[in-house]
Amino acid sequence: MNFKFIRFQNKKIKNLIPQFITIAILLSIIIYFVTNAQINMDNRGIAFGFGFLQQEASFDITFSLIDYDGSYSYARAFLVGLLNTILVSVIGIFFATILGVIVGVSRLSDNYLIAKVAEWYVEIFRNIPLILQIFFWYFAALRALPLPNEAINFYDISFLTVKGFYVPKFIWTNFNIFLITIILAITAIYFFYNYSKKQREQFGKQLPTTSISLLIFLTFPLMSFLLFGVTLSFEYPVLKQLSPTIFTFEGGLNIIPELIALALSLSMYTATFIAENVRAGILGVNKGQKEAAASIGLNKNQILKLVVMPQALRIIIPPTTNQYLNLTKNSSLAAAIAYPDIVLVFAGTALMQTGRAIEIISITMLTYLTLSVSISIFMNWYNKKMAIKEK
Amino acid sequence: MIKSLKTWILVGFASLLLVACGQGGSGAGSKKSKTLENTVKAGFVKCGVSEGVPGFSNADESGNWSGIDVDVCRAVAAAVLKDADKVKYTPLSAKERFTALNSGEIDILSRNTTWTLSRDADIGLTFVGVNFYDGQGFMVRKSSGINSVNDFKDGIVACTNIGTTTELNMRDHFNSKNVKYEPLGFESADEVVQAYDAGRCDTYTTDKSGLAAQRTKMKDPSEHKVLPETISKEPLGPVVRQGDNVWEDIVRWSLNAMIEAEEYGVTSSNASDLKDSENPAVKRLVGAEGELGAAFGLDNEWSLRIIEQVGNYGESYKKHLGDTGIMPNRGPNQLWTKGGILYVPPAR
Repeated sequence: MNFKFIRFQNKKIKNLIPQFITIAILLSIIIYFVTNAQINMDNRGIAFGFGFLQQEASFDITFSLIDYDGSYSYARAFLVGLLNTILVSVIGIFFATILGVIVGVSRLSDNYLIAKVAEWYVEIFRNIPLILQIFFWYFAALRALPLPNEAINFYDISFLTVKGFYVPKFIWTNFNIFLITIILAITAIYFFYNYSKKQREQFGKQLPTTSISLLIFLTFPLMSFLLFGVTLSFEYPVLKQLSPTIFTFEGGLNIIPELIALALSLSMYTATFIAENVRAGILGVNKGQKEAAASIGLNKNQILKLVVMPQALRIIIPPTTNQYLNLTKNSSLAAAIAYPDIVLVFAGTALMQTGRAIEIISITMLTYLTLSVSISIFMNWYNKKMAIKEK
Repeated sequence: MIKSLKTWILVGFASLLLVACGQGGSGAGSKKSKTLENTVKAGFVKCGVSEGVPGFSNADESGNWSGIDVDVCRAVAAAVLKDADKVKYTPLSAKERFTALNSGEIDILSRNTTWTLSRDADIGLTFVGVNFYDGQGFMVRKSSGINSVNDFKDGIVACTNIGTTTELNMRDHFNSKNVKYEPLGFESADEVVQAYDAGRCDTYTTDKSGLAAQRTKMKDPSEHKVLPETISKEPLGPVVRQGDNVWEDIVRWSLNAMIEAEEYGVTSSNASDLKDSENPAVKRLVGAEGELGAAFGLDNEWSLRIIEQVGNYGESYKKHLGDTGIMPNRGPNQLWTKGGILYVPPAR
């Protein structure tokens, strides 16, 4: 066949046409789905709209970081779910990173036992599906804990029970001042770090950066206690009897078993992948780099800090970003064990009470998208910062 | 050359797709009963049931469903397809049920679902009747020393299913009693039972029929008891999609026929002998008089088949809830003539 009979005056237009067509197809597919949904919803008398977000939710939630009860709106319930998702993700990312770095470094240890234990840990935990690990921690491990009246007692200040881990609650006065001193301390450390870097680069003078930073970080908040009237006291959980055999703890803070199980399984699972990233990163630094660093007289710590880590981080960060994203998205498995995250609260209870499947699922998907993109943007920024800068 | 060929194939494909789009746009819900047509064409009734509530809808080891909710679907299959066994069951969680019905995955939702205003009016569904009058209650351990809902104190942990009216009633109840409680909501009933059994929660609240049914799943059922108080009205019944009035009528009257059959003493064993009964109401039920089936496009023996193949409401109740010991006392689910509140409009 010959299509040459159609002549295009301008090569640019010729190149643009397929792109226009692709966009047109995409648009028509979207329009088709939207109108189809619209028609079907009209036929069944379902109105589309987000007005329901202002309605009273009238259901309670187990665990919330902000003030909430059933008299608040669905929008507030959404916020509660979102914050719970963020909470478990942040806890998960924090522990996964620490555990991942420790295990990753251990795998490279010269000590046979440590290296093997780390290897077995990685192989076991990354090869069992996450949902089974969540079920294991929740149904097998935490369900076996005793009732409150027989709680596992930690020096009378913390109690581990089947209903949760009861810990003392911090009661602050003038918490704002304390917060300000923390911010001041961090700023001071930042400036001191820049100063010491300048000293090192210009005059070759080594300052004890770590110890001085630590000193600043401790003294500033301490001063807020001594000089500015910040006080901290603790409210301890106390056993309370509700009926002849039902007990609970009053006061203090209850870390619910659902949160413990979820954070534990998420961080232990994701840590295996981070550990492998760390190992890859360290092994990826050329041996010659270490030897060269040693030959100019850097000690072992300095080699790790100044030569190996900056290069290893470039290898570690991009795949670790993926793991952070995975962890955040995996936190949606919370719904399986009644942790009130956004999926359980909003795409679960709220969806069923209002019946607004399309609106609620769209909001939930958009929320996860936003969360993931935010983490991505932050990690890309950090990666750029860590990348080699040509001077 | 090749590049331009590719381009034109793309163009062709695009136009084809656009045409296909143009044809696909029409939705469901015309004046005739599309659901009835589709059911006859498919050869089975698409029925949404629970994931396992003994006595209501529960599957045995070989996957056979039984229960009074299941019998509603069986009755419709008997009426429409002449065979009560031609039902395809889809087990649904509380969360999935309305979406499954709305999307057409199922045509009848018979899954201990409470009839409320917002569900009936707001989300494109229609409730066709009540096959079980229920109310929400609480289960506690016998050893707990709690004998009434007034014994609940601040800090009590109450477990239930999410997305149910139970969750809302629970809040209303504890608020009215001024008790600060900790709610814990699970997606499936089995998870709630496990959590309650392990001591994670102090009380388990749902419809009393559900409590009675779930109690049989506990490690030691005799350790638990249901508190006497009923804190809500829970009329449970089958649901259909809004907009298909003929189908709605078929489901409604299949249920009504079962209840009316009990009222007139027509049972699965004597139904065919009653064709020459003296009572015209009985004759209408067994299809010997009148043209009732024609009103929704069925033959005249639709109700006879329901009674013969599924039985009347009393038989169904006795088989699934009475003889199994789940709810031996019929309470409000007794005929109006015998002191209950089961009262259906006459089939005539």
